[in-house]
Amino acid sequence: MTAEVQYAAIPISVMVNGVKQDAVVEPRRLLVYFLREQLNLTGTHIGCDTSQCGACTVHLNGRAVKSCTVLAVQAHGAQVTTIEGLGSGDVFHPVQEGFREKHGLQCGYCTPGMIMTAVHLLETNPNPSDDEIKHALEGNLCRCTGYVNIIESIKWAANKMREARK
Amino acid sequence: MFPANFAYVAARSIEEALQLMAKHGEEGKLLAGGHSLIPAMKLRLQSPQTLIDLGTVPGLRGVRVEGKDLVIGALTVHADVAASDLVRKHVAGLSDAASVIGDMQVRNRGTIGGSVAHADPAADLPVILTALNASFVVQSSSGNRTIAADDFFTDFYTTAMDANEILTEIHVPIPAPGSGTAYAKLPHPASGYVVVSAGALITRQPSGACVSARVSIGGLGSGPIRAIATEMELQGKPLTPQIIAAAAAKAAEETDPVDDSYAGAEYKRHVATVYARKAIEAAVERTAV
Repeated sequence: MTAEVQYAAIPISVMVNGVKQDAVVEPRRLLVYFLREQLNLTGTHIGCDTSQCGACTVHLNGRAVKSCTVLAVQAHGAQVTTIEGLGSGDVFHPVQEGFREKHGLQCGYCTPGMIMTAVHLLETNPNPSDDEIKHALEGNLCRCTGYVNIIESIKWAANKMREARK
Repeated sequence: MFPANFAYVAARSIEEALQLMAKHGEEGKLLAGGHSLIPAMKLRLQSPQTLIDLGTVPGLRGVRVEGKDLVIGALTVHADVAASDLVRKHVAGLSDAASVIGDMQVRNRGTIGGSVAHADPAADLPVILTALNASFVVQSSSGNRTIAADDFFTDFYTTAMDANEILTEIHVPIPAPGSGTAYAKLPHPASGYVVVSAGALITRQPSGACVSARVSIGGLGSGPIRAIATEMELQGKPLTPQIIAAAAAKAAEETDPVDDSYAGAEYKRHVATVYARKAIEAAVERTAV
């Protein structure tokens, strides 16, 4: 067994939920661990080891991505939004409201990821059909709800967001 | 888990990336979208000592027309390939394929160049790009060369690229008027990878007879397989449902897929004919002007 080689830590600067975060990270540091452990933003969850479950979904430069499959160094210079960055204070984002109104969660573990994916979907498709919602959620797994109320929550939110734009 | 430790270098140009590849040899690995590489590294199936990030090299993203080709930068993510107006207009089959890779989050990071260079036998893009007669521009320290899709996917996870080459562009010929393209896929219900898939490029005369057909099948071998017997059955014929069905029935000829955890060999060979028919029918429908 060879001796542990030291690899250079990399300085990064990431805009997280509107706040500039400067840090030094190991190259192998996954974005999800950087957010959870170095920034204490534990709303983003780790639910698998295979990039399938989507509980780790955040926005990277405006797009929903699986933060467990992105290196923190790849986020250097980028904007990241986590679940904590939606809404402000006591004011929920409409998608968060939808999950409350339509009972879109049980244990809540998949929920931040579901919400982040839904927010990206609604930003690009403000009036999605059920099929379009299901297609968009293929990367987010839920073991509790059977997905029905998740879809209803997203539709409720889409409706509220369209009404607000009138 | 998380990957074994490694060094990371953000390349600022293709030339710098090539120098780094030469310096690190087998212990260096290129990083594009990372959505095949990072999952493998998290499971410790791969542990390169140095990652050379191509994502930080400018000028490798985007879709444009150049002469008679659509040119797609290797670092263009699948979501952007799928949504591109140029792709949807000229080669809708490529948009079909890009839009069913993985899931939305994967499509926001995975790249066309990474997918092609990785040559996963269960991937979508090699199949449709073969049907579309695409070619790949690869760069080394001694210059560029172009490799046709038909010659590119040589074995499981193996391509015709040399170890010192970087894929920079994907060229897709804009099909002649009267053409239609499509991609049809049977996905594994859990992973979303290809069990069986088919890509088709059909060109027909205004009278309706087929001028040329390219049909490519995924999931039956180490890479995409051209369904030559199917193509020959369509050539010169009117594209009626019966003729399409008869041609599609030959899509698995000369193939010898393995029984594996996805499906048995006979099932795969049969379903290939079904998806060949779906892809050809969808392509033919798109030939209507």
